[in-house]
Amino acid sequence: MRALLNQRFITLVVLAAVIAALPLVFPSGYYFRVASLVWVSALAAIGLNILMGQAGQVSLGHAAFFGIGAYAVAIGPTHLGIPPWAALLVGAVLSGILAYLVGRPILRLKGHYLAIATLGLGVLVALVITTESRWTGGPDGMPVERLTLFGWRVSGSYTWYWVTGGLLLIGTWIALNLDETPTGRAFRALHDSEVAAQVVGVDVARFKLQAFVIAAIYASLAGSALAFMNGFINPDQAGFLHSVELVTIVVLGGLGSVVGSIVGAAVLITLPQALTIFQEYEHLLLGLIIIVAMIFMRNGIVPSLSGLMVRRTRS
Amino acid sequence: MAEFLQFLISGLTVGAVYALVALGFTLIYNASGVVNFAQGEFVMLGGMVTVFVSAAGVPLPLAAVIAIGIAVAIGLLLHRFAIEPARGASAVTLIIITIGASILLRGLAAIVFDKQFHKLPAFTGDAPVDVLGAAVQPQSFWVLGGTAVVVLALYVFLEHTITGKAVLATAANRLAARLVGINTTTIMALAFGGSAAIGAIAGILVTPITLTSYDVGTLLALKGFAAAMLGGMGNPVGAVVGGLLLGLLEAFGAGYISSTYKDAFAFVVILIVLFAAPQGLFGRRVVERV
Repeated sequence: MRALLNQRFITLVVLAAVIAALPLVFPSGYYFRVASLVWVSALAAIGLNILMGQAGQVSLGHAAFFGIGAYAVAIGPTHLGIPPWAALLVGAVLSGILAYLVGRPILRLKGHYLAIATLGLGVLVALVITTESRWTGGPDGMPVERLTLFGWRVSGSYTWYWVTGGLLLIGTWIALNLDETPTGRAFRALHDSEVAAQVVGVDVARFKLQAFVIAAIYASLAGSALAFMNGFINPDQAGFLHSVELVTIVVLGGLGSVVGSIVGAAVLITLPQALTIFQEYEHLLLGLIIIVAMIFMRNGIVPSLSGLMVRRTRS
Repeated sequence: MAEFLQFLISGLTVGAVYALVALGFTLIYNASGVVNFAQGEFVMLGGMVTVFVSAAGVPLPLAAVIAIGIAVAIGLLLHRFAIEPARGASAVTLIIITIGASILLRGLAAIVFDKQFHKLPAFTGDAPVDVLGAAVQPQSFWVLGGTAVVVLALYVFLEHTITGKAVLATAANRLAARLVGINTTTIMALAFGGSAAIGAIAGILVTPITLTSYDVGTLLALKGFAAAMLGGMGNPVGAVVGGLLLGLLEAFGAGYISSTYKDAFAFVVILIVLFAAPQGLFGRRVVERV
């Protein structure tokens, strides 16, 4: 137990050190922006990983919650006069409620049926966002008011680097701790065998729903952060491809590994930025890298590498 | 009545394409247990290759054959270099691999061809045919007829040839199939090639109506997957019925309720169906043994 506590503590310290040290090597403001994007995606991915990696349930529509968070902070202040910070909370609550309401029937499904149901949910939310242009600006998107906290205007890529970095630290801390609570253990029992979990008295439906709600709130907060940071939002953030991107981050980094989600986000977000030098070959290379990575590291980057290290030290 | 008929025919036309995509999903799923999200890219390839080869001066029928050939080759390559090496990986890993393949193929198409929309001429002219008051494009009959031929050919292949029966055996139980001497790797390659051909045919048939571009695959894959699930994953009859049903839902929904929410009807109905019948309309109820 003490060793685990230490391991969690070390993970957080290393993450904090990385976040604090990176600016020292950044040559320009552009790098702050890319890094902030990584932190935001990692936050959403960590949440999704609680659902996928810990509780073992697939969601192919997770960007819906990301979109709800993003549009809450766009629509709230613009159309309803809600202060931006309160709109962020409203978005998180709405995401949680939606996840709670649709979660119960959806999570009864298994495997590919669960995949298509969550996918359907995602497509519907994206469609509503694209169509209700009076509220959302339609396919063109809409501007987002700057976040103001206690009279302090949060803006600039430098500031947002620290804000999103801080959010990621908090998100990581919660996820790491959750793993060690009775809830976290129930999630893992679910993952291994629902029937066995049920036999030992785990309320399967309740814990699945909990994981879904937690994952939705994570995504919603990440969406809000991105909307504030960009000062602009469009329906792509809620779309199918973004859902796929989130799932890819989780699986690429490693199912069930919190650090994996951060590494996965770092790879998948920075790669296209790095590949823009190849311009038109960007997608081709991205697809190729995803295929090769999943074939040779099918458990994800972090578990595969740590497994390799364990084997090295043993032999 | 004329209006109803109009929606019916346009719904069946679009539904036929969804049915073919769903059949492709089903064929690969049955043989290998993989949900192939690159299925929509085969449709895109069918349309795009035909457009560019025929623009180079090759007659349309020959261009279509070349397009199917290229799609099949890519399907086989996909199986050989992406699916086969990942044998034994989890379902979600395999899904990510096929999504990677779909991104790769889209990127490839954007480079080899371009990012514009393209159209093929209708096979037999554009003069609408009057069917009991409804104006129907002749190409609709090509799509419906083509789909019927593909479905029939697939049925005959599966039920009346030894190789087809080997495919069914592999779908029913892979291990047992191997034990009676069926080379399941060959069967899987066959399924990928066959699915690619079916997808490409769908692309060629529908491009005169709906246009094509390098990125049409994603939405088609979503709808095809939805159709396959609606019918019950793994059931070829379910795939066809699911596809046609999906097309009809969209057409009638768009016609009578709201055209802006056309794409929503399909997914709302799928959610409702899955809540009522979690295995899809024609799915087998699986009893899990522990």
